[in-house]
Amino acid sequence: MAPPERKEFMTAQAIKERSLYRAQFEALRADTGARFPSWVGRLRAGAIERFEELGFPTTDLEDWKYTNVAPIAKTTFVAASSDEARTATADDIAPFIYPEAARSRLVFINGMYRDDLSSVDDLPEGVVAANLGDAFSGVHAETLREHLARLASDEPDAFTALNTAFFDNGAFIYVPKGVRAEVPLHLLFLSDATTEQTISFPRVLVVAERESETTVIESYAAVGDGTHLTNAVVEVCVGEGARVTHYKVQTESERAFHIASTWADLGRDGVYDGTTITLGAQLSRHGISVRLDHPGAECWVDGLYLVGTGQHADTHSLIDHRQPHCISHQNYKGILDGKSRAVFNGRIFVHKDAQKTDARQSNKNLLLSNEARIDTKPQLEIFADDVKCAHGATVGQLEEEELFYLISRGLHNELARNLLTYGFAEELVEKIKIESIKTQLDEAILNRLHARLEV
Amino acid sequence: MLEIHDLHATVDGNEILRGIDLMVNKGEIHAIMGPNGSGKSTLAKILAGHPAYEVTRGEVLFEGRNLLELAPDERAREGVFLAFQYPVEVPGVSNAQFLRLAYNEKMKHFGDEELDPLEFKDLLSERAKIVEMDSSFMTRSVNEGFSGGEKKRNEILQMAVLQPKLAVLDETDSGLDIDALRIVAAGVNKLRTPDNAIILVTHYQRLLNYIIPDFVHVLFRGRIVRSGGKELALELEAKGYDWIKDESEAAPVGAAGA
Repeated sequence: MAPPERKEFMTAQAIKERSLYRAQFEALRADTGARFPSWVGRLRAGAIERFEELGFPTTDLEDWKYTNVAPIAKTTFVAASSDEARTATADDIAPFIYPEAARSRLVFINGMYRDDLSSVDDLPEGVVAANLGDAFSGVHAETLREHLARLASDEPDAFTALNTAFFDNGAFIYVPKGVRAEVPLHLLFLSDATTEQTISFPRVLVVAERESETTVIESYAAVGDGTHLTNAVVEVCVGEGARVTHYKVQTESERAFHIASTWADLGRDGVYDGTTITLGAQLSRHGISVRLDHPGAECWVDGLYLVGTGQHADTHSLIDHRQPHCISHQNYKGILDGKSRAVFNGRIFVHKDAQKTDARQSNKNLLLSNEARIDTKPQLEIFADDVKCAHGATVGQLEEEELFYLISRGLHNELARNLLTYGFAEELVEKIKIESIKTQLDEAILNRLHARLEV
Repeated sequence: MLEIHDLHATVDGNEILRGIDLMVNKGEIHAIMGPNGSGKSTLAKILAGHPAYEVTRGEVLFEGRNLLELAPDERAREGVFLAFQYPVEVPGVSNAQFLRLAYNEKMKHFGDEELDPLEFKDLLSERAKIVEMDSSFMTRSVNEGFSGGEKKRNEILQMAVLQPKLAVLDETDSGLDIDALRIVAAGVNKLRTPDNAIILVTHYQRLLNYIIPDFVHVLFRGRIVRSGGKELALELEAKGYDWIKDESEAAPVGAAGA
């Protein structure tokens, strides 16, 4: 039991945290409220209230048992001003852009859209990739009203509430019925952490109409090494027979906090293929929730986390099988080096009516040091009786026989270890269909391993 | 090239090798035969430096140097090669990538020039012909999803790339159909030179129809109980191992040997 003085202090601290955000909220409302329609104002008012009710999660909550966000709660983060977001240049973003999306790219600095660094010349007829903040008054105003916060609203999640209360800029992607977007759409969220303690609220809404096909890359990176917080919410609405391929690549600085949630729902025969790569941030949490809401839908929810000393990466997933004949595949792999920590919580929920569900989940972890720690937990809740559900989690070190095999061919011990570790990650890297992301990841992985493998 | 004197070794505290003596000169092919559990694979793995085996007595000299003092990767770079009985799958690492790293490690060791991926590709496609492997195997992960025969051919491909001085082939023939056996054997014969030596560890005489050994040794209960020319293999084929077992059990301890 904590002594009463401490409890009192925590209460005072909690009030301080919340009032800080309330004060910022009021200032924001006065400042930018007029740019948004009234329904957004109501949404925000509800969200800040919900945030105040919930407060930042503590480790007393089952969902946050292994991830302590007290360092976030205790820090006074301030939203970056538009002026600050103007300092980044084309040179700053150059290392983070993908040539495949050279003319289908939106760039955000500290959450604020930068028209001059973005390029959307290469989009097919009818496809929209625009700053969310500008889309409320456009032709898709009704689409936004229908879908924004539809998926991300009903969960008691303080960070999602905080994003809904504060988001300003962000990305709106719309792919009309039957259109296939050949080029990937890249959303680059760059944190300029040269100023300390900035917070950004990236918000993304993807609406893929029936039988459309699109690829979205969502990447997070940082310049400068100040502490900052990225609080992102991404909603993906996959229409009937539509197909969305989604890559999330997070390479923020080692002082960053990254709290993000992805919400997808799938129409009949819709396909969502998501891959999340987590390499950066001192503390990251990614919640991904996929709702299989119509028969015949299929999803891949895959990920790779590679963390070293001082890093903590948490993945919480929910695959929600609500209708019959849906298939879900989940493959998460983790590589933990030094004094690092990771959490994987994979929840699969099969509703009573979701007969003929086929759900597979795998979480494999490679521990490269004795000081690394992983908490992995599958969580299956099955209420239908005619389903196939398979899950497996492993935690291990490099296989001695594999190691000896490589060494017996003349590879030095360290090189052999690096090669095996690289091979462990490759299963997920190989899955990625965009060459420059693959190259970037190979380099990042090899750098992390301090390896000199040329591949 | 290789001298083994009174080699004793244990695995998990059990003595498997109980005094092996063997002399292999360059240009020679030696076959080591014997029933299951006689210690054939143990001998092969000890030469490669497998960490699970402990040498408790005796010595192994490779080109006059104490082989047992060298780490397994050093042995490989110096020219000792073990073709595994059960080649290991290495997911996520392509055959070409792995072979180039191994090749370049050796080049570096001798101060020779390393090859970049394009140069190596040429070398690899030329060597792959030796075991009739097509280029699709080069981009696939090492041994992953390979059939038994493909794995064994891949071992010989590695031998072809690394060109060892001493190659120890541990039951490379087991599990092969006759076509695959012919390919593997032809590959080994092509790699034979007056300057290298090969030790074939096998349970069956069949392989020796295709790779003609200069010497045949019979291993039983951790000792070489009989040595001879290639005709010894035929004798074993005709009489089976029981004959050796009976004979060696009748003989006094230490009387048999090379």
